Amino acid sequence: MKPERLVALAFGVSVLSSLALVIVYVAGGDAQLEGLLLGLALGGLGAGVVVWATRLLHEDVAIEERGQLSSEAERSEAAEALDEPDLTRRSMLVRMLIGASGTLAAALAIPALSLGPRPGQSLFRTRWIAGKRLVDLDGNPVRPEQVQAGAVQTVFPEGEVGAADAQTVLLKVDPAALQLPAGREEWAPEGVLGYSKICTHAGCPVGLYRAESHELLCPCHQSTFDVLRGGEPTFGPADRPLPQLPIEVDDQGFLVATGDFSEPVGPGFWNLQSDEGEDQAS
Amino acid sequence: MKVLRWFDERLGVAAMARKGLRKVFPDHWSFLLGEIALFCFVILVATGTFLTLFYRPDSVPVTYQGPYAPLQGQEVSAAYESVMRISFEVRAGLVMRQIHHWAALVFVAAVVVHAMRIFFTGAFRKPRELNWIIGVVLLILALGMGFTGYSLPDDLLSGTGLRIAYSVLISVPFVGPYLAFLAFGGEFPTEGIISRLFVLHVMLLPGIIIAMIGAHLAILARQKHAQFPGGKASESNVVGKPFWPGQAFKSVGLLLLTGAVLSFMGGLIQINPVWDYGPFDATVVSAPAQPDWYIGWLEGALRLFPPFDVTFFGILIPSPFIPGVVVPGIAFGLMTLWPFIEARLTGDHDHHHLLNRPRDVPFRTGIGTAAFLFFLILTIAGGNDVMAIMFNVQVEAVTNVLRIAIFLVPALGGLLAHRISIQLQTAAPLRLGESTRVRRNAQGGFE
Repeated sequence: MKPERLVALAFGVSVLSSLALVIVYVAGGDAQLEGLLLGLALGGLGAGVVVWATRLLHEDVAIEERGQLSSEAERSEAAEALDEPDLTRRSMLVRMLIGASGTLAAALAIPALSLGPRPGQSLFRTRWIAGKRLVDLDGNPVRPEQVQAGAVQTVFPEGEVGAADAQTVLLKVDPAALQLPAGREEWAPEGVLGYSKICTHAGCPVGLYRAESHELLCPCHQSTFDVLRGGEPTFGPADRPLPQLPIEVDDQGFLVATGDFSEPVGPGFWNLQSDEGEDQAS
Repeated sequence: MKVLRWFDERLGVAAMARKGLRKVFPDHWSFLLGEIALFCFVILVATGTFLTLFYRPDSVPVTYQGPYAPLQGQEVSAAYESVMRISFEVRAGLVMRQIHHWAALVFVAAVVVHAMRIFFTGAFRKPRELNWIIGVVLLILALGMGFTGYSLPDDLLSGTGLRIAYSVLISVPFVGPYLAFLAFGGEFPTEGIISRLFVLHVMLLPGIIIAMIGAHLAILARQKHAQFPGGKASESNVVGKPFWPGQAFKSVGLLLLTGAVLSFMGGLIQINPVWDYGPFDATVVSAPAQPDWYIGWLEGALRLFPPFDVTFFGILIPSPFIPGVVVPGIAFGLMTLWPFIEARLTGDHDHHHLLNRPRDVPFRTGIGTAAFLFFLILTIAGGNDVMAIMFNVQVEAVTNVLRIAIFLVPALGGLLAHRISIQLQTAAPLRLGESTRVRRNAQGGFE
């Protein structure tokens, strides 16, 4: 085909597609058709222009000299112009000018602190306190016999459903198989265990449970935690165990916490292991 | 003519126009990569402006009552609800959203491939170091644009990305918790983060990108194009086609064709179906979950890194710190400084306007190949769960193999690229200014 015809054809396709695009829009719209027609409208125009440039424009090779980017003479003249004696002689004032500007910049940066509160205790503590009942997403308290072996369930402190840092995964195992760290013998009534659902690596909810190997798995970076051994990490980038929630059964048969988690929950930060949390809590 | 006179009499533009119209552009396909990146950005601004008019940067909870039945009656954020409205109710909204998302993916890809072209041909050498640094800054800004935009729909997947970003930020020794609380406005998840990301995504970052693109192009115009050797090309000239009309037509054509391809993709290939992911919920995460491709290497670094929470004098260095902060910091630092590092290593401080073929500088090609493979393996590691499903093996096995591959593959690949470059050099030495024909003779040799 002659290039002129090809270009005309491409422009024609573009015009028709643009018109069709308007019709589709007025008729109610459809994402597939809109994308297709917009693509044809743009593509027809583009193809026509490119064919025009490559087949109909006969241009010779052009050569442009680069010329000199910089020269010694210009440089020394510029340096001379810059060297203003009234500035260089008063070096004390120049230094003060720089200092004052720096102080002003610092003062102007301070309002950035309004962007967020100081972390304070919030990273060390959650809403769990001794005596808080464990409730499900609908706010109903949970009895140990309602917890299904082989499944996981998310619970919150009573009255705090949705409090992200208090989310706890509840599961049931054979009490005889438990190898919890010393001091946690009473933390698993009837084999019911509560762990922080926030991964100690990058904070994703540890939502997957491999019942046969008793492991909680984080789907984000595949950190794996052994629920029988106090949430010890067994694979993946997490290096700290999942904090465990101490629980017991109250006199009405519901699960209650006997305190906050064994450690601060969630991703690590530099002073996580300091006793700052305990100091200020007491 | 009349228009030209009107402006020339007021601004004196005729001389500038004459020079500009005759500016010479070397004719090589690889010079179009940067243009594709620029045109993607143009399309991003156009589609993004449309989306901004309908999007609500607000995490206040509302009840979804739109036409998408599975979510009706569910509590979602206003931001998520507005993205659902754009997708299902605003006419032409879905196609705009999908073109915008595809354009973002292609934008970053074009920037990366453009940077690789600059690297492997040595176009960053003196006097172009400044433009290389601006390019690296543009790459980082493009990643920032991508991540902030990805987070705006406030769906389950994007919320997970934000959570990981928070965890990386909080891992910085001494200042991490303060930085994280300032950036997010408190402990994750926070209400204010969506509106902050919105300001970054539609105002601050695009503003800086536009300024940087301006500087990038101004420096390019001032220094004139580098060019491949051959023909009449020399260090003191530029050989090619003048801007007007051929190059101008080709560039406009490329802009339109880039738009055409992105429109086809946006119309025909579904992307980021936020209605499938559902709204953000702090207690839920989907699996397998992958970020957009250009964040994959960071995600992969987090996945591959061994469990390594070190404590020095009671100061905890959490395991996300090294793969999430130190590795990217070193990577971008080395990339930024590469022109100076190379000049120091080679002792070459001359001006260079003629480009290298990758084979001409084996050590640079080897290092570039190793760096590329390093990022490639990390990106693959970002999908280790997908690979485990695909090959029906345990995800632990995939991770362990990749933990070895991240050292082995770049090292071997780099050495191989170095060796191949040398082989290619001896097989076909570069001859300037003449066309070379190699023929095989009857005895099997070359002449």
